[in-house]
Amino acid sequence: MSSAGKRPSQLTRNLSAKIASIPMMLTALVIFVGGTAWTVFYSFTNSRLLPRLNFVGFNQYERLWAAPRWNVAVENLAIYGVLMLIFSLLIGFVLAALMDQKIRFEDTFRTIFLYPFALSFIVTGLVWQWLLNPDFGVQAVVRSLGWTSFTFDPLYDQRIVIYGILIAALWQGTGLVMCLMLAGLRGIDEDIWKAARVDGIPTWRTYVQIIIPMMRPVFITTLVIIAASIVKVYDLVVAQTSGGPGISSEVPAKYVYDYMFHAQNLGQGFAASTMMLLSVIIIVIPWAYLEFGGRKHA
Amino acid sequence: MRYRILVAAFAAATTCGYAGVASATDLEVTHWWTSGGEAAAVKELAKAFDATGNKWVDGAIAGSGGTARPIMISRITGGDPMGATQFNHGRQAEELVQAGLMRDFTDLAAKEKWTEIVRPKSLLDSCTIDGKIYCVPVNIHSWQWLWLSNKAFETAGVPVPKNWDEFVAAAPKLEEKGIIPLALGGQAWQSSGAFDVMLAALGGKDLFLKVYQDKDAEVAAGPEMAKIFKAADDARKMAKNSNVQDWNQATNLVITDKAGGQIMGDWAQGEFQIAGKVAGKDYTCLPGLGVTEMIATGGDAFYFPVQKDAAKTAAQEVLATTLLDPKTQVAFNLKKGSLPVRGDVDLNAANDCMKKGLDILAKGNVIPWTDQLLSQDSQKQKEDLMSEFFSNPNLSVEDAQKRFAEIIASAD
Amino acid sequence: MLDPSGPRGSRPRPVLSSRNIIIYGTLFVVAFYYLIPLYVMVVTSLKGMPEIRMGNIFSPPMEITFEPWVKAWATACTGLNCDGLSRGFWNSVIITVPSVIASIAIASVNGYALANWKFKGANIFFTILIVGAFIPYQIMIYPIVIILRDIGLYGSLFGLIIVHCIFGMPILTLLFRNYFSALPQELFKAARVDGAGFWQIFLRIMLPMSLPIFVVAVILQVTGIWNDFLFGVVYTRPDTYPMTVQLNNIVNSVQGVKEYNVNMAATILTGLVPLIIYFASGKLFVRGIAAGAVKG
Repeated sequence: MSSAGKRPSQLTRNLSAKIASIPMMLTALVIFVGGTAWTVFYSFTNSRLLPRLNFVGFNQYERLWAAPRWNVAVENLAIYGVLMLIFSLLIGFVLAALMDQKIRFEDTFRTIFLYPFALSFIVTGLVWQWLLNPDFGVQAVVRSLGWTSFTFDPLYDQRIVIYGILIAALWQGTGLVMCLMLAGLRGIDEDIWKAARVDGIPTWRTYVQIIIPMMRPVFITTLVIIAASIVKVYDLVVAQTSGGPGISSEVPAKYVYDYMFHAQNLGQGFAASTMMLLSVIIIVIPWAYLEFGGRKHA
Repeated sequence: MRYRILVAAFAAATTCGYAGVASATDLEVTHWWTSGGEAAAVKELAKAFDATGNKWVDGAIAGSGGTARPIMISRITGGDPMGATQFNHGRQAEELVQAGLMRDFTDLAAKEKWTEIVRPKSLLDSCTIDGKIYCVPVNIHSWQWLWLSNKAFETAGVPVPKNWDEFVAAAPKLEEKGIIPLALGGQAWQSSGAFDVMLAALGGKDLFLKVYQDKDAEVAAGPEMAKIFKAADDARKMAKNSNVQDWNQATNLVITDKAGGQIMGDWAQGEFQIAGKVAGKDYTCLPGLGVTEMIATGGDAFYFPVQKDAAKTAAQEVLATTLLDPKTQVAFNLKKGSLPVRGDVDLNAANDCMKKGLDILAKGNVIPWTDQLLSQDSQKQKEDLMSEFFSNPNLSVEDAQKRFAEIIASAD
Repeated sequence: MLDPSGPRGSRPRPVLSSRNIIIYGTLFVVAFYYLIPLYVMVVTSLKGMPEIRMGNIFSPPMEITFEPWVKAWATACTGLNCDGLSRGFWNSVIITVPSVIASIAIASVNGYALANWKFKGANIFFTILIVGAFIPYQIMIYPIVIILRDIGLYGSLFGLIIVHCIFGMPILTLLFRNYFSALPQELFKAARVDGAGFWQIFLRIMLPMSLPIFVVAVILQVTGIWNDFLFGVVYTRPDTYPMTVQLNNIVNSVQGVKEYNVNMAATILTGLVPLIIYFASGKLFVRGIAAGAVKG
């Protein structure tokens, strides 16, 4: 796409743009780059409650990877991340495709699917903790209907607790994905549908082979939004399980927070932050550069 | 002559004026006392402080110390300190003091002779860094209590246990009646605390100090500790059905006779009191799990961040004095279920359990608590291990002990 | 311009076709799943505690009581403060309004500069911003505490607004950049030929055409900032706590038994502002998203 106004050639004429971008540059450099560099730097120290310049090499990292809790957290984030990505895209897309069939009550359905997004993770966690509580929630209700051996207590079973969190996260997040997808579908020219129908291509193949590839930009925006929320997942876990039972629903962001502030070991917290940043950078920078930095795709 | 009168009048006016200003001083006090008993206790402190003409601005942050402390620390290091804040005295505020962010109260302490009135001495020692006093202890909290519901044991048809072993033996009978033998909240500090109580009570003072004070990893890996881990294994089996998070919800299971007992500090007492339960009749308390009658002298203390505003600085001193005032001490501790920090107060109003605690304190059977012995970092690692151990039946006793010994080896 | 919110699927067919049954069936089942939590919240908040203790969470209240709502709003206690959420409501408004305005103002200018006035290195900053979107806030608390302390803004409302501007910037800038890139370039070029400058074009040409994306930005920011807990609790004081912090305080201050009805009422009250905005502007939201997210 022939985006961005023919780049103005003279540097001086860009002065206002540069001045106007000062907040952005400051944020990018001071907060994101500066804050990150600072964090990485202090991860090689043994800072406790306050930052101190007492270098200990890679000790914090050795300890980090030896800690069972960190490993559980990384594993949980991997499971949660992959499933969240797959299911929110899948459910979001299918709902959007259904909504795009000139249905009645579209506004009502859209509002229903979107409202959980208006609620904070604290609220989401609380409601689902309540629904999944074996003494009051779904399990108790099904049992009271006569099926007494029915067991559904994901938040109290450490093998499946992460799925209990996933259920709540999907409930909260798929509405937005649906909206994004719906917007994408509405951006597709009617003629393409007509042409596909004339050629006798089945609907599902039209979606997979023609529509989805055309929706690439939407998928990218969606991916950024979902992926960013996955890495950051914290409040939901705190509100729903506080990382329990035991340490079975811990996530990396919580490890960082707990070790920085609760254990008063900044060095350890920063080491964990650095590992998170590193994985984000490895995955995101090459892609972001291709997508936004380099030449534009047509 | 006239001149003198004028001066006197003027002086009087300014002093009055000054007092008027001082009386308007708002002092924000942050703490994490939000359960029923705790809130009632903190109200006593606020009332006493307000009576001095100042105003207690309550900055309660719910969700236990783990939620509250980061916020307090951020605010102090960020240069927006509150007037006073609760910490568990010991090592939580150590670095803030070393960084010069906390106010030195040595002079006031000397003037009011804190060293003479505060007992046991170890409390003030915990507030002392490099010979200077930085905090005001307000209570003695001991973790070493087993709270039992008399009714639950009656239902199960067994006598109320008198010690830990009897309690473990009674567990199957309780379970038969659908009663959870041991109530244990899901938060990590609770399982960790319960474990430390077992270590101190079942292992004795020497073992406890060898592990936590001397950080002797060999002892931690040794056969004596193995027994403690065995007891912890019993405890986790007894607690496997208690689906609650907060400590007071767990206490509530005992209060409502849904659970047989709970290992919890003396603050649980406040909850029994609010529920109108009577010690000895409705519930039984066993200090030191009924095995070793000994209490730890952990507790809460107030720290006073350095202020720029002179009026606030003056109000801080008033608050410090108020906190140690005999009347405040009695009123506060009766509600809180903890023991006062001064020995010269009248505690006739205390109930059975508190009296047991006072007796033990008088005999001098005290130990320091983990807040004083271990850094927050080591505490946290221990918490992570214990919360995993208590919730994960697949983590074997041997593996847990091995990991425990590793934590002790690197502890500080 | 095409109306991007009009349905575009295949044509409508007879009402009772098997295709319609599948579509509506699926939508109804999913809608049901989405509504259960809201239903449970509302129903629970209208019950008394005894009924909750014995009852089934899905059953409608036998006796409707508004007491939990009153309590959540006006009298629920945290520590010594027994004025419920009412205080936090205005604090949240005071925090949210300027933060939303400032963050959107900054991000829209960023997006405009990135889309229409690309200068050397602009994309590097933008890439950094996008990577920044992935950084967990917890990691940044400490550096930001230090920065705010050094510029003397820690603990002030202004400091909190800056923090919200910083963390809202990545996604908002992305949306505005996409939106402005997708506007017809001829307008921009014509204005340039007429000699209009950076700000003139922005204020006279771009802004009047950008209502949909501003709606999206407002919705996202109001939701995000209203629901924020972490910054609210770290960067404010008790008398300026936003509603979410008080919600947490009420929910976690267990006095005796958990009062689920009060918790649920407090939860709904806290979520009410963003909920109303969503209910009122759902259609605009999709339209704005369609305009801002579709074109990359």
